[in-house]
Amino acid sequence: MSLYTVQKLIYQLNRDPAVRKRYETDFEALLGEYQLSEEELRAFRESDIGLLYVMGVNGQLLMHYAALRGFEWNAYIEAMREGERKYGPVRSRLYTRAGSRS
Amino acid sequence: MSLVFAGVCSHAPGITGRKDRADPVVRDAFYASYDRMRQAIEAQRPDALVVIGAEHFANFFMNNMPAICVGMGEHYEGPIEDEVWLGIKHTRVPGAPELSKRLITDVMQDIDLAYAQEWKFDHGIMVPLSFLTPRYDLPIVPVNINCQGPPLIPLKRCYEFGRALRRACDRAAERIAVVGTGGISHWPASPDSGKINEPWDREFLQHFLSNDREALLAYRDEDTWRDAGQGGLEIRTFVALAGTAEGATGELWFYAPIAIFSVGCTIAVMNLAKRAA
Repeated sequence: MSLYTVQKLIYQLNRDPAVRKRYETDFEALLGEYQLSEEELRAFRESDIGLLYVMGVNGQLLMHYAALRGFEWNAYIEAMREGERKYGPVRSRLYTRAGSRS
Repeated sequence: MSLVFAGVCSHAPGITGRKDRADPVVRDAFYASYDRMRQAIEAQRPDALVVIGAEHFANFFMNNMPAICVGMGEHYEGPIEDEVWLGIKHTRVPGAPELSKRLITDVMQDIDLAYAQEWKFDHGIMVPLSFLTPRYDLPIVPVNINCQGPPLIPLKRCYEFGRALRRACDRAAERIAVVGTGGISHWPASPDSGKINEPWDREFLQHFLSNDREALLAYRDEDTWRDAGQGGLEIRTFVALAGTAEGATGELWFYAPIAIFSVGCTIAVMNLAKRAA
């Protein structure tokens, strides 16, 4: 139940074909192996790229994951913008927006 | 024998993955500079190519994040990304395990390192290789500097790593080429993707090309993050390369901010025969 766990699942999905296969065939069982909050589970179940972005998932993890989920480039960028509109600014610092930096 | 080539280039995934969306005139000039770099590397008849890259969680994660890791594999595979998305076919790349082991052992005299006998390449190495060794027939020694999961290694340590790598290369019997690949300013994988701070890039490149160690090491991550984006933290690869080519100055072969590639696209080569003033 943490950003670390969310990112770890994405990391493993991005790099490991065996984990990706389970994601496709045994999705709930795979999710059950990670301690995820209701919000985090929802983000995965609904492929909510915007929510994952706002949670603070490192952009380099999220970019590959969005591609894996079939998001075309413009759709992926727009999903992050939509996430900000819907859920507010990014909660973890590294990937906050340029304009919001002091 | 020694270090026979040292240069830097960009590696953003859009360079190959979104090539059809760029202005063809600028794109083709950029590609031509990559090809010029390929020819310059081949002209030196290297036995191996060391790629100092900044990967994006293809191998290393916050469960056990090395500040610097050097590959020691028989071979490597990549890209981890979807072939169509990246525009690069999945392939196997030869390693140079025996050379890797000697370089690692030598560098360790000065700098603590991790090593890895398994390594999957992401766009951070595959994009440069697709241009520089398009037949994937040159043995590769991959190096990763963590530029993604803070805390990050300080710039002065990157420079020291580069120096130690140079000493190790000069002690090896092989002819070794080294390419650094990273930023410079960019806000990749964010809604700000496409934003590029050209004045910042040009100033940084000036310091890099004159191999001004003091100026390079004066950059502070907080300022870089603010002015050059989270992708700007990848200047670590340029700083390491500057250390490898210490005493030499460089020549800029290409720079253009290409927004659809999400980075200030750069090709620069150090003139190893010419010493800095």
